[in-house]
Amino acid sequence: MSVTQLGMPAIGAPGEARKGFFTDTSLCIGCKACEVACKEWNSLPAERPLQLTGESFDNTSRLSADTWRHVAFIEKKVPAPAAGGTEGIKWLMSSDVCKHCTNAACLDVCPTGALFRTEHGTVVVQQDICNGCGYCVSACPYGVIDQRPDDGRAFKCTMCYDRLGVGEEPACAKACPTQSIQYGELDELRERADARVAELHERGVDEARLYGRDPDGGVGGDGAFFLLLDEPETYGLPPDPVVTTRDLPAMWRRAAGAAAGLLAGAAVVFWGARK
Amino acid sequence: MSRRREREEFTSYYGRPILKEPTWEAADIAGYIFAGGVAAASSMLAAGAQYTGRPALERRAKLTALTAISVSAAALVHDLGRPERFLNMLRVAKPTSPMSMGSWILSVYGPLAGASAAANITGLFPAAGRACGLGAAVSGSAVATYTAVLLADTAVPTWHDAHEILPFVFAGSAAAAGGGIAAALAPVPEAGPARRMAVAGALLETVASLRMERSGHLSTETLREGRGGTLMRLSKAFSIGGAVGLALGGHRSRTVSVVGGLAVAAGSALLRFGVFEAGKASTRDPKYVVVPQRERLNAAEAVRREAAGIDAAA
Repeated sequence: MSVTQLGMPAIGAPGEARKGFFTDTSLCIGCKACEVACKEWNSLPAERPLQLTGESFDNTSRLSADTWRHVAFIEKKVPAPAAGGTEGIKWLMSSDVCKHCTNAACLDVCPTGALFRTEHGTVVVQQDICNGCGYCVSACPYGVIDQRPDDGRAFKCTMCYDRLGVGEEPACAKACPTQSIQYGELDELRERADARVAELHERGVDEARLYGRDPDGGVGGDGAFFLLLDEPETYGLPPDPVVTTRDLPAMWRRAAGAAAGLLAGAAVVFWGARK
Repeated sequence: MSRRREREEFTSYYGRPILKEPTWEAADIAGYIFAGGVAAASSMLAAGAQYTGRPALERRAKLTALTAISVSAAALVHDLGRPERFLNMLRVAKPTSPMSMGSWILSVYGPLAGASAAANITGLFPAAGRACGLGAAVSGSAVATYTAVLLADTAVPTWHDAHEILPFVFAGSAAAAGGGIAAALAPVPEAGPARRMAVAGALLETVASLRMERSGHLSTETLREGRGGTLMRLSKAFSIGGAVGLALGGHRSRTVSVVGGLAVAAGSALLRFGVFEAGKASTRDPKYVVVPQRERLNAAEAVRREAAGIDAAA
């Protein structure tokens, strides 16, 4: 058992398979139906102020307390095919979302127990318990969860916990017209993703790679993982995130050493000074 | 460093940060950490004073501890998005959450510090008051150092990269602050231990923070440059200046004790704000996330390739 699972039930209740997202960005057409469906279903407020960023077709820019799906647009230069030809542009599009990590830092550090692991293996904030301490915001290695300033509490994707409970798929996956966003049992999604990468490699798309699929990764694998067509950082994703609590036992040991040293030092300054 | 060069070094999504900036206010959280350090070290001095016949130092240190921990708790509650729900901190006890552990540490330390101060002022239950004073000193050692784990147990590059040394930086800083304030408040003949604590604390704080700043992590830039760097340099000037003053003239002159003691305490406060601001700065620039992680991946890839190459050759 990893330290981050201390006191937490194992992922997936008995008899319930862990659910997840597989976002295949090679199929994404950048329609933002997922963004809209998520906003609609979860009644998320608009981002204020509304602004045009000039960053391709992306005016959402990032995930936030009020945006739980974000479609990134990258305009990537393609070199001229031959001397004298013209340089081209290719679009990379990707719908980002909370990764629902196996070893979730937000859940580990939450001091109230507001963040919890659901029976579907997802990570959700209980809004009636969150006291807005903001610790999860600094703990997330992906920069996903955030605080709503006017409300004070932390918000993020719930993988549509209310829909999952009645056997429905999440709103974003339902709305995706190209099956770029696939919802299902994580084990099955991983198999599907492996097959898809093999297929793309066969077709000569050598840059296709999976991100967050590996259970041996720094967060123990993502419940929401991706097929990318470039390096993760191109999409604004950290290349090799590690759950911060992995080093927590070492940190507590160091702090205990420092505390003992402090007490010993305090005794020493009185040494031989009895009046 | 020019923007052009940065762009060649790493890729990002329109230069946008990957991490979210901490939601905490500097005055609340850096202030909370400083005040906690003052309270903890004051309780240690008070405990020493109560057993070595230093009534003036004992009273001042106990009152300082109570005041500081009250300010500290108020700052912590104020920083919550939902202050009325602060008691939710005590719903659970989670070793994986330094903030949860800190809440429990404070709820042990606070009443002990309060009771020992109350017993000292009123003269009631002196033996129980001294026992509480001793308890406050012991639990205070956790108050002074857990805050390093609180910051380090995040994805904030500067804070996490410092996780091995930060508890020692904060322990030194707490001793400097508590010792400095007691040296300033207590009469010179009784304040010898406070002065020694301030000087030793300032020394540990300075040496440990120099080590932190030179650990080789890319994120340490934020401790040397910008707002964080300015605060860290100011901190050292105050801490070293104050410590030298206390060491040379603190035992002779009340004025030197007051100025030196307050300077060392100011150095401690500046250090807390410096570390806080440096951490925030490290979340605003994606390079502190991308560059070290990319280097780690590339190194792992090189090892893998080498192993594969050896296999192929054999």
